[in-house]
Amino acid sequence: MRLSHRSLTRSALIHLILGAYTVIALFPVILIAINSFKTRKAIFRSPLSLPDTESFSLIGYETVLKQGDFFGYFLNSLTVTLVSLFFVLLFGAMAAFALSEYRFRGNTLTGLYLALGIMIPIRLGTVAILQMMADLQLVNTLWSLILVYTAQGLPLAIFILSEFMRQISDDLKNAGRIDGLSEYVIFYRLVLPLVCPAMATVAVFTMIPIWNDLWFPLILAPGEETKTITLGAQVFIGQFVTNWNAVLAALTLAIVPVLVLYVIFSRQLIAGITSGAVK
Amino acid sequence: MGSLTLQNISKSFGQVEVLKDINLEVESGEFLVFVGPSGCGKSTLLRIIAGLEDQTAGQVLIEEKPVDHLPPSKRGIAMVFQSYALYPHLTARGNMSLGLKQAGANKDRIAQQVQLAADMLSLESLLDRKPSELSGGQRQRVAIGRAIVREPTLFLFDEPLSNLDAALRVNTRIEIAKLHRTLNSTMVYVTHDQTEAMTLADKIVVLNEGRIEQVGHPLELYQRPANRFVAGFIGSPKMNFLRRDAAAAFGATEIGIRPEHLTLSRDRGSWKGVVSHAEHLGSDTFVYIEIEEHGLLTVRTAGEILCRPGESFYLTPNADAIHRFDADGVSTGQQAENSSTL
Repeated sequence: MRLSHRSLTRSALIHLILGAYTVIALFPVILIAINSFKTRKAIFRSPLSLPDTESFSLIGYETVLKQGDFFGYFLNSLTVTLVSLFFVLLFGAMAAFALSEYRFRGNTLTGLYLALGIMIPIRLGTVAILQMMADLQLVNTLWSLILVYTAQGLPLAIFILSEFMRQISDDLKNAGRIDGLSEYVIFYRLVLPLVCPAMATVAVFTMIPIWNDLWFPLILAPGEETKTITLGAQVFIGQFVTNWNAVLAALTLAIVPVLVLYVIFSRQLIAGITSGAVK
Repeated sequence: MGSLTLQNISKSFGQVEVLKDINLEVESGEFLVFVGPSGCGKSTLLRIIAGLEDQTAGQVLIEEKPVDHLPPSKRGIAMVFQSYALYPHLTARGNMSLGLKQAGANKDRIAQQVQLAADMLSLESLLDRKPSELSGGQRQRVAIGRAIVREPTLFLFDEPLSNLDAALRVNTRIEIAKLHRTLNSTMVYVTHDQTEAMTLADKIVVLNEGRIEQVGHPLELYQRPANRFVAGFIGSPKMNFLRRDAAAAFGATEIGIRPEHLTLSRDRGSWKGVVSHAEHLGSDTFVYIEIEEHGLLTVRTAGEILCRPGESFYLTPNADAIHRFDADGVSTGQQAENSSTL
């Protein structure tokens, strides 16, 4: 009786804390979303109120869709994010498999070297990266972004995936070897399906910073053809006048695809985060 | 068909030497069991035979042909693992046919082989289930089926019963023994459980710290252990060991006496002790008796015997069944030379 009572207050407290955190986390997002549907006046007069019949306006969305190649930006962002994600997962998983599966000289050293990128931000190398991209004539191409983001995402991917791959039973891989499966088949057919949750975790952690990045698009691919959506939204932020309707509308639209991708990965993600702790 | 020869096999992981100069002959059709405590190198040895691990030195010959350069799939072996290691995305049928499919066998032959194995292990009704829908015992039967389908010259078992519960373990053990009789193929089996070794093997290899301690028929190892390690490892409950004057009386540094070769008596005998615990199994009674200078000795008596902890008893060894060991733990024979003190 007492125990159940105590656990009730405990769970209430936990829910209170989690609820408060949810509010704090969601507040700016919701603020952006509701204000994107309001007139400019209403945004400034009462930024916290919901749009009503008087203040409701789609002017922001109209501006965004009319001015500039918004769908182009969108497509650029999506291409860069998905292609980078693909390469990070592919190369990350392969490197992780090699590090966790094979004994070779310098294994630990290679692992540490590959994990170094977690601690050193890639932006420190911006100048060198720009020089390199200029030499390769990749400036103002989506490939410049894809290459940088792949390099940026790999360290964490390798680190997380190699830990997960170490947990996969050796017996299973050995059974495959005795049945005559090649190392590639063992990797793709036996190992990858079992680290799916970890892959989803890595996918989410990799995808969000890429989608939100402003730095590298601004430096490596600021051209009209290659603008990403975060960069495209900056068009509406002027030195003297900012078109808040348009900025908010662009940001709201930019949230949608990551949200969709997150929902796709999230079921696996939960399994990935908890699997180490519960098993 | 299916002989196996190991010549001077050694294996080191960095500085650690796990296997030291292993030499062994396995004849065709033999059931060989590697037994030893954990970390003795028995699983590593099996993996070397399978080709899953490279030996540091030495040669493996299957059917008198060196196989060191061959990958596992080309050695004509099949392996059953402790953790079953079934492919989670395939059905039982898929699991069993994959090996032949990889080897390029035609469909009819695969279907025929799978059917044969399924009949042998009564797996018929389970063939279209995924591993996640099978119980532990069924999974291990499918894993054994997967091995049979390949028609190997050599079966390798890596502690296949360790993940099963006690009742299932006995059943599967009998099934494996039957299988060996039906297929009449060579089997190499690794276990840390001496009961499994005793019941299954034609020939037992006792390994300890990367070395072969003794090779022989189960009863040979039981009756004539070559050294103290084998004597202590084979047999359950364990052999009793006594040192000092008790051993000196038999002209040895240490003597060993099996629990069934000790006689209990209330009024006279060689050593006096106090009952510390008794286990009544119905058919047998194991009595643990604390003797002042030799510690705890185990006595096995047939049937029921009434005794309570704290009661005093005398123990008398059967002089013909005493194993004598020298200072290095090597057996020096069984006959008592100086039994006049008894």
